[in-house]
Amino acid sequence: MTGVELSALTKDYPGGVRAVDGLDLAVPDGAFFALLGPSGCGKTTLLRTIAGLETATSGTVRIGDRDVTRLPPGRRDVGMVFQDYALFPHMTVADNIAYPLRIKKTGKAERHAAAADVAASLGLSDLLERRPAELSGGQQQRVALARAMAARPTVFLLDEPLSNLDARLRLEARTFLKKLQHELGVTTLFVTHDQAEALAMADLIAVMEAGRIRQVGTPAEVFRRPANLFVASFIGSTPMNLVEARVADGLVEAAGARLRPPVRVEDGVPVVYGVRPEYLDYSAAPVDEAFHGRVVVVENLGTSSLVTLETEGGVLVHVVVPEDAEPAPGDEGWASPRPGRSLLYREGDLLTNDVAAAA
Amino acid sequence: MRTALRRIAATTFVSLVLAFFALPMLWLASAPFNADPKIHVSLPSFTLENFRVLLDDPYALRSLRNSVVLAAGTAAIVVVFAALAAYALSRVRLPGRDVLLYLLLLLSSIITGTAAMVPIFLLATQLHLVDSHLGVVLVLSGGLLPTAIFLLKDFTDATPASYEEAARVFGASPLQTLRHVVVPVIRPGLAMVGIWTVAQVWGDFLMPFLLLRDPDKAPASVIMYTFYTEGGQPDLALISTFSLLYSVPVVLMYLLVSRRYGFRFHGGIKR
Amino acid sequence: MVPATSTRTEPARAEATDVVGLGRRRAAAFVAPALVLIVVFLVFPALWTLYLGVTDYRLTGLEATHPRFLGVRNYTDVLADGRFHNSLWLTLQFVGGSAVLGQTLFGFAIAWVMRERPAAVRRTVEALVLLAWILPGSVVAFLWLALLDRDGGTLNAMLGTPGTAWLLDHPMACVIVFNVWRGTAFSMMLYTAALGNVPPSHLETAKLAGASTWQTLRDAVLPKIRGHALTSLLLVSLWTFNDFTPFLITAGGPENRSEVMSAYVYRTALGEGRLGFGAAISLVMLLINLLIAFAYLQALRRRRA
Repeated sequence: MTGVELSALTKDYPGGVRAVDGLDLAVPDGAFFALLGPSGCGKTTLLRTIAGLETATSGTVRIGDRDVTRLPPGRRDVGMVFQDYALFPHMTVADNIAYPLRIKKTGKAERHAAAADVAASLGLSDLLERRPAELSGGQQQRVALARAMAARPTVFLLDEPLSNLDARLRLEARTFLKKLQHELGVTTLFVTHDQAEALAMADLIAVMEAGRIRQVGTPAEVFRRPANLFVASFIGSTPMNLVEARVADGLVEAAGARLRPPVRVEDGVPVVYGVRPEYLDYSAAPVDEAFHGRVVVVENLGTSSLVTLETEGGVLVHVVVPEDAEPAPGDEGWASPRPGRSLLYREGDLLTNDVAAAA
Repeated sequence: MRTALRRIAATTFVSLVLAFFALPMLWLASAPFNADPKIHVSLPSFTLENFRVLLDDPYALRSLRNSVVLAAGTAAIVVVFAALAAYALSRVRLPGRDVLLYLLLLLSSIITGTAAMVPIFLLATQLHLVDSHLGVVLVLSGGLLPTAIFLLKDFTDATPASYEEAARVFGASPLQTLRHVVVPVIRPGLAMVGIWTVAQVWGDFLMPFLLLRDPDKAPASVIMYTFYTEGGQPDLALISTFSLLYSVPVVLMYLLVSRRYGFRFHGGIKR
Repeated sequence: MVPATSTRTEPARAEATDVVGLGRRRAAAFVAPALVLIVVFLVFPALWTLYLGVTDYRLTGLEATHPRFLGVRNYTDVLADGRFHNSLWLTLQFVGGSAVLGQTLFGFAIAWVMRERPAAVRRTVEALVLLAWILPGSVVAFLWLALLDRDGGTLNAMLGTPGTAWLLDHPMACVIVFNVWRGTAFSMMLYTAALGNVPPSHLETAKLAGASTWQTLRDAVLPKIRGHALTSLLLVSLWTFNDFTPFLITAGGPENRSEVMSAYVYRTALGEGRLGFGAAISLVMLLINLLIAFAYLQALRRRRA
């Protein structure tokens, strides 16, 4: 049992900045867990507090069944990969990987054998005698991983593991990391500001804002059913359409369209209607229950296009249109939400059937 | 036309600069090898006799040894103390450290000259440090430390803290972190400050002149002024040869530094 | 070795500012040795100068053991001393001529011209200028004594002016030229680094606009390097103000005509044994130094505002 459990965790910096604000979080054993949020949301501070590089102002950190809140980082049994990798420039790859074992007073021969084993499993065997400066970015990252693995910690912590790689390598490393994590089965937390990275790699995602967690869920959950407007606008490569709306006669009136609500809502309540551009179907001919407007911009996304409709009230609605079906700017168009894919937010929070029924 | 004029002007300027800087040094290059050195530069009737005479002089070699002792002693103290202080100041935020550092820097550039020679002389007398190498070493260290700390702190500030954090996560104690990671990473900075200190002490005249009374203990910078012939004239053969011998170490050191680290300015002074 | 437990007992707040877990106490222990040396051999002498300046302390005689308190008399004496006025005026010439004008302008000119010279020329010039800087002061002083010697000096031989006693006839000019020769390297290196930071696009813009060299310097280069220039001026001025090397060439003579402040202090305090009076001069020197530093800091602040 080596999950990570945070309860009422708070981290204040001198000068009154509260980076982490009374945060509760349970990371299950063996999970590949993403801490996702915009810069300055406290995600890196949270990771560093778990590592012990920052000491919590209040609250507790538990790793497995141990309370490690007041333990120094070296005794928490965590392995960490830093954003800049922090490979010691004066040591060879082998010495870098063996460093955690050197601290644990493992014999020289033994620790080098162990380092060679780990290096082999990451395809680094030919690089053992090199210095970090002689390695490519991808190789450096794998050395940093190998060093974190060497002492067989119970938890891995990765700080922005992909941000120092160029775009092509990043995709490769994403696949590599996910495969490695599943093979090792060790609880792994990683920090990222890139929602696509989090969706692609993680089993579970915690979306953070201003030192608090706004939603925890599987990638599918946070993508399809963002629990609040913050998560809704943060997740997704093309931002979700979020349109101010009113409920009248059991229908949602948004940007001139009258749409069937996904949940039952009382009349007269101000809400926000949300639907992803990918979940809208474009039509050049009039259809019922659809946004109607004029095409102002068409952006090519490769296999599809992002079309921007300007409705009569001036609200912009984005629709993803499959290839070969793109309209031209100036065309008139309709965009209808797919059933079961639209969401309603009231006062910033997602309305679900239970809430709506209770209200 | 304009570019041609400009080129001629530049060439003239370069030649003048070269002449201005080379002229005084010609004597140093020729006189030591001259059998009968004059005060002006002349083509030498080549000889190494002057070096033999120098080696026989009881004070010459001893003074060079004294210079080495002073330079090495001061460099050791300055590098170790400045490294410890600079590291702590760089990594642990203490209130008011920047103001303090600038004040000390200012004070040191003022004081190390001549303004404080009276109290320094008196202080050394009180502490029984007159006529002792230790006294000169301590006085010089006190004067050089603020600048050394400033240079090294700049160097440490430029080194990412994640190296130390990595060591810490893997369980290294603060002192292990220092030994395994920090010292190797900032070694070029340590070398730079060490060599800077040696150069400062090697050429310093005032403090040893002030604090050392016994000619047996005087370093090369002071001993140079004692080379006179029996007729009371400066002994040019001895002085020129000694000057050359005395200059070679710093020149070699400069070549070494510029080869290995590049003799360029680091951040701090550029601000 | 100190056990790592000390970091754990620290309050959480203190650790937030401490990336390696050094802990306040150990950090203080790291700073302490350097601080002790600095306080004893730098700060304390500075304070002692304050005290000595108000006594009639002497190197020998009755006052050596029982110095009397004089109040501000030393200071009024210093300020009324014609030799002090002479010395201050000479020092201002020395600083203005060799540091501000000589080293700074010359150093900048070399850095500017060398930008466009072939690497071999640049390296040769830089090496020579640096050599003048790194050679020990005593050696350099002798080189100049040899160069300027009345009877057999190289300069007289070259100019065909045998018997001209440069050091006797023009002592201040000699000392100033000497100090330019000696110290230009610092300004040259600093400005070389500074010019490297001027974006080439700025120079090209000026060139495209048809600016003359002078206009380019004024409009494109100077605004970029003003900070460097002020730093260099401050350091060079302070170093020159307190420089003792002129004493090695002229010993303050003839007839005090090259007696800059450092030589004046040395000759009064240790030559004549009037330590209290010497300390009073030292303090006046310190105050002038602070004045210089303050003026530059003001100029720097105005630049930032």
